[in-house]
Amino acid sequence: MTVMTEQQVRDDVRAFLEANWDPNRSLMEWRNILVDSGWGAPHYPKEWLGKGLSSAMSLVVDEVIRDFGAIGAAKMGIRTLAGATILAHGSDLHKSKFLRGILTGEETWCQLFSEPGSGSDLAGAATRADWKDGKWVINGQKVWTTSAHHADFGLLLARTDWDAVKHKGLSYFILDMRQPGVDVNQLKQMNGHASFNQVFITDAVIEEEMRVSELGEGWKVATTTLMHERRGADGARRYDQKIDRPERIYQEYNEEIDHQLAPYVWYPQRTGRVDLLIEHAEAAGRYEDPAVRQEIAKVLGLSKAAEWTARRARASQEMGKPQGPEGSIGKLAASHVARAANQAHTKIAGPNAMLTGSDSWMDGTIAEILVSTPAISIAGGTDEIQRNIISERILKMPKESRTDTDRPFREVPRNQVG
Amino acid sequence: MQFSFSAEQEEFRSVIRRFLEAKSPTTAVRALMEGEVGYDPEVWKALSGDLGLTALHIPEDFGGAGFGVTELAIACEEMGRALLCAPFFASTVMAATAIAEAGSDDQKAAYLPGLASGETIATLAVAEPNGGWNGGSIAMSATEYGSVYRLHGSKSYVLDGMNAGLIVAAARLANGHLGLFVVSDLADGVTRRPLKSMDPTRKLARIDFENTPAVLLGSSYEGEAAYARVFDTMVACLAAEMAGGAERLREDALEYATMRVQFGRSIASFQVTKHKAADMLLDVELAKSSAYAAASAVDDGDGDAAAIVSLAKAQSADAYIQTAIHAVQLHGGIGFTYDNDTHMWFKRAKASEVFLGDANWHRERMLRHWSA
Repeated sequence: MTVMTEQQVRDDVRAFLEANWDPNRSLMEWRNILVDSGWGAPHYPKEWLGKGLSSAMSLVVDEVIRDFGAIGAAKMGIRTLAGATILAHGSDLHKSKFLRGILTGEETWCQLFSEPGSGSDLAGAATRADWKDGKWVINGQKVWTTSAHHADFGLLLARTDWDAVKHKGLSYFILDMRQPGVDVNQLKQMNGHASFNQVFITDAVIEEEMRVSELGEGWKVATTTLMHERRGADGARRYDQKIDRPERIYQEYNEEIDHQLAPYVWYPQRTGRVDLLIEHAEAAGRYEDPAVRQEIAKVLGLSKAAEWTARRARASQEMGKPQGPEGSIGKLAASHVARAANQAHTKIAGPNAMLTGSDSWMDGTIAEILVSTPAISIAGGTDEIQRNIISERILKMPKESRTDTDRPFREVPRNQVG
Repeated sequence: MQFSFSAEQEEFRSVIRRFLEAKSPTTAVRALMEGEVGYDPEVWKALSGDLGLTALHIPEDFGGAGFGVTELAIACEEMGRALLCAPFFASTVMAATAIAEAGSDDQKAAYLPGLASGETIATLAVAEPNGGWNGGSIAMSATEYGSVYRLHGSKSYVLDGMNAGLIVAAARLANGHLGLFVVSDLADGVTRRPLKSMDPTRKLARIDFENTPAVLLGSSYEGEAAYARVFDTMVACLAAEMAGGAERLREDALEYATMRVQFGRSIASFQVTKHKAADMLLDVELAKSSAYAAASAVDDGDGDAAAIVSLAKAQSADAYIQTAIHAVQLHGGIGFTYDNDTHMWFKRAKASEVFLGDANWHRERMLRHWSA
């Protein structure tokens, strides 16, 4: 087998698009054609809707599709994590049943990992999966579930063995969300948005064939999902851009983006919006105030240093050097930047920081920053967990002694919920 | 902008590190910091002769090796790490850069080869007893008498001022412009006295000039622009030196915490220690990133270089002193003793906070120069 060069890939994708692209098709009709060709997910294996190319080459394919003015496979949300996890650990049935819907966007996925009683301590999940009459019966509560209100399927981590130690009693399932035992409620946040859900699961049913992991090996599979999630959080996460053209397919595509992005509209504000500091200060007439200037300069310095650190990490990676500490501190740095930017925006706003919505600066954007940055140091691994990871994995410091991994899970103290 | 070092640059760094580990262990630093002179002529000879570090960024036409500020900053980072006691910063980073940036070709040919070989030790005198390192604050006057000038005024905080055989001094010309002047006869109108430096690894002097003959580098209208380039190079190198010192402090503190046992376990196993160590890593890595960006920006002639070097100075200064404070704290009582080495870097961190301008001043400078 010969490996395709980048130029061959570009030529092949272009030829495919010239022969098949028609903006008057429906989005689903087009995505099915794309997925059948293998160019929808070229990094998937050949036997499963892909071309067996590298993920770097897959980015090249996306670029050719975008430059052509065509539309690629669905990529937003948990679907890419579902696809990667199923490819790595799923059965042939899972692959044939789900990969197409993941890539076409026809089916939406959510991740049922976190619980009210287990946040940072994800392996402490206490949602039950009990084997009854030839089926798995699920009971418990999940939380922080983005898109659960319109998801068709959920990646579920549930406990199948309460006598095993913590990490050995979990199994990994695919839960059909469209059944009576699954009840989804939106969770309103301190910034007024409702991006996440609580999912109450009462006697929901899963067929044995929808178990992804071996019994008791769910944590291993969850690690795959989390690894892909972290990689996404490190910058590979892509938000599709709307395309302003009249044909039918663009209309459907733009609607999909609006729908998918709705939970994320405030996400830019949780970073602290360093990009708005000077504009905000000028608009508020505070940019000449030496104290304000110091605040702004501190944030800009921190933010630039964090950006350069990320670029150092990427440059080392590209040169094939082993990853140094610079690759592990990005998330912690982002928390510092967001917190400092919040403080600076507050000092710039002055009394206006007491207002919100249309009465606050920049039509509410500033007020939204002020109440959104606390999310950044919690979501996707708290600062405290990041510091544990840095100190144990990078600095090789000893682990704290634990009392939750040396005994059957049922004997481990845990939160009383519900 | 360069975000990764080449294999050659990494090799260069490890050569310097090995050299300094052999020649500048803390026992040597302690001996030198307690003496008057403050450097070891044998180590200086090896550093300039064998390693060629004093020639590093001096152009090849004038006896140098023609490397960039990136390489110069690597050397400074390693020297900051080892807390090397030597007139490298004064002579190579400050004085040689000033002559290279401001001097005519004839002047460069006259002065730079001696600095490149290390035979001449020079310094750059800018700050005055009540002033700082920004050109605007300079009051010392230079009066023209035919082809020579005569300097009147005082300089302070002069690095290795007692060791220098040649002084480059910044003074104000009659036309109001800034000029950089070479004073080579230190017996004529120059009075020097050592200052009691809080950081004893870096010797400072006060120098009074009284009707002192001096040579103007370049023309009488280009001093400001030349000094601005010199300043950016010095600041980028100081940021690198500080990042190197901070990293050493961080590593030593971590090693101590791992070894130290209290309550029946290594204190490094306590989450409170681990989280502090993670924060120290963050501070140091951000400082390194900004220092690397600064050197690279100066080499590239980046339009934002002034802003970027000031950013790096502020970032590194804050990180260095914060790391030093954490390092003393992690050591506990022993960290406050003279016998423990931590205070040596603490004092360098403290002095470096204000040397070439403090963090607040540099943050303001960054905002004024930022084009983006």
